[in-house]
Amino acid sequence: MDVLKAENINFGYGSQKILKNVNFEMNNEQVIGLFGYSGSGKSTLCKILTGFIKDFDGNVTVNGQKHEKGFNPIQLIYQHPEKVMNPRWKMRDVMEESWMPGDDILDEFGIKKEWFKRYPSELSGGELQRFSILRALNPKTKFIIADEISTMLDAVTQVQIWDSLLTVARKNNVGVLVVSHDKNLLNRICDKIVYLADITD
Amino acid sequence: MSKLLEIEKLSISFTQYFKGLEQRELKVLSDLTMDVNDHEILAVLGSSGSGKSLLAHAILGILPSNANVGGSIRYKGKEMDDELKEELRGDKISFIPQSVNNLNPLMKVKDQAIGLVKDEADKEKLSKKQREIFNQYNLSEKVDDMYPFQLSGGMARKVLISTALLNDPEIIIADEPTPGLDEAAVEETINNLIELKENGIGMILITHDIYTAINTSDRIAILYLGYVIEITDTKNFSGTGEKLLHPYTRSLYKALPETDFELTEGHQPSYLHIPKGCPYHENCPRQVRECHYEIPELRELNGTVIRCFNPLVDGE
Repeated sequence: MDVLKAENINFGYGSQKILKNVNFEMNNEQVIGLFGYSGSGKSTLCKILTGFIKDFDGNVTVNGQKHEKGFNPIQLIYQHPEKVMNPRWKMRDVMEESWMPGDDILDEFGIKKEWFKRYPSELSGGELQRFSILRALNPKTKFIIADEISTMLDAVTQVQIWDSLLTVARKNNVGVLVVSHDKNLLNRICDKIVYLADITD
Repeated sequence: MSKLLEIEKLSISFTQYFKGLEQRELKVLSDLTMDVNDHEILAVLGSSGSGKSLLAHAILGILPSNANVGGSIRYKGKEMDDELKEELRGDKISFIPQSVNNLNPLMKVKDQAIGLVKDEADKEKLSKKQREIFNQYNLSEKVDDMYPFQLSGGMARKVLISTALLNDPEIIIADEPTPGLDEAAVEETINNLIELKENGIGMILITHDIYTAINTSDRIAILYLGYVIEITDTKNFSGTGEKLLHPYTRSLYKALPETDFELTEGHQPSYLHIPKGCPYHENCPRQVRECHYEIPELRELNGTVIRCFNPLVDGE
C-alpha cells in the first residue's frame, strides 16, 4: 500500500499565515474529500502537496520518501484545463507530454481519436478536462489531487468525469484527494470527508 | 404583469483568425429566445463558457466590435438599437457584474457607486441615496472610503448590488452573482435578489449554479450549445423531475449530486462542432429521424416552452 503523508506543513506570504501546522495522511485505496471555505488555503495546500510550491516548512512524503526530481507520483488537476495546456500543441502532443493511454482507457473517458488532431481551443471545456485527467493518470502516478475539477462543468459532464476518473483510479490503485466546496458532491464520491479546519491548528 | 424585455432569436458569433490567415466562425449563441416580466426572475442556466455573459453584454450594448449579432431585443415592445441601449443602460437597465474585478481598483467605493456627476446638486442627491441603499445592505460609512481590495467577497457583492440599485432600475441583469461566496453569503445574496423582485424589478439571472437558479427564480431557461432548449417553471425542478420535458434538462436534473447523480452517456461538443439538426441529438436517447436534419423550433407544450421533436411526456 502507498501512503501519502503531509506533516507539520506551514506556509504563508510574509507575515500572512495561510496554513498552520497541517497534518494529513491518506493511502492509495482511498478517495478523500477536502472541504473548506473560500480563502481557507485549500488550493495552496494542493500546490504544496504536488510540489508547485516549494518554500514551505514541513514534509510531504510518499511511503516516507520526499520527491526530489523526475516524475512526481502526486499529480495535480486544476479547475481550468485550458490553462495547463500549450495552446499551440495539438492534443496528441499534449497527451504524449505525459503518456499515451490504451484504447480501453480512452474509451472509458469517451475520448475520440479524431480529437488528437485538434488544438485545445477546438475542444469544449468538458473534453479538455478529460484530457487533463488522463494526463495525470500516468502509470507512475500514485495520488491525484483534484482541485475543483468539475466546478465549471454542467452537472451531466460532472457525473461523467467523476465516473471515469474514479473507475480508472480504483483499478490502478491511485488515491484521490477531491477538493471542492460542494458538500453534496463530496458525499456522493468520497469514502470520507476531511475539513481543512480539523487538520490545522 | 407586463413584458419588460423580449429577446428573439438572438445570435452572436465571432470571426477569429486561427492559423495564420485562416479564419473560422465561432458561433457562441445560435438562438436565444426568452422574455422577462416585472416582478419576475428569469434564470438563464448554461455551463461555463457557454456564452451566457455575452447575453448580458448584448442587452447592454457593450459587445466587442468584432461580434456579429443577429435577432432582436425589445424593451417594452420597442426595438433596442444602439442608441436606446446606451440610453437605458445604467438607467432603466442595471447590471450586476460577475466579480470584484469589475470595480475600479484605484477608486474609492463611494465614488464609483455614484459615478461621474457634474452637477453639484445632483451629486448631493445621489450621495444621500447611495448612503440609504448602502445602509440597507449593512455597508457602514467606513465602506464608502474603502478601495476594492479592502472588501471581502461578500461585501464586494453587496457593493455591486447597491451600485446597480442607485438609479431605480426596472430591469436588472445579474451575471453569476454567487460563485466564490461562502454559504451564508450565498443565502444573503439570494434573499437580496428575491427582495428586489418583490419590489417590482424584472431580473435576468445568468448562472451555471442550479442551486441559485432554483432558489431565486420563477422560470428557468436552459441553454445547450447556444440554443435555448427549454423554458420551464422553476417549480418543475423538483421530485424526480417528471415535469421537465427536454431529455437534456431531465438528465441535468438527475445528474445533480442532490438528486440521483445519474450518469448520462455522450459529451457536450465544442462550439466549433455543433451538430447539424438538433444540437442535442447525438446524445439523445429519444432521437427520431428529423432530429438529424432539422433544428426544432421553440414551441409551447403544457405551459413549458421547448425545442424538441420528441419530448418526454409529463409524469414519465
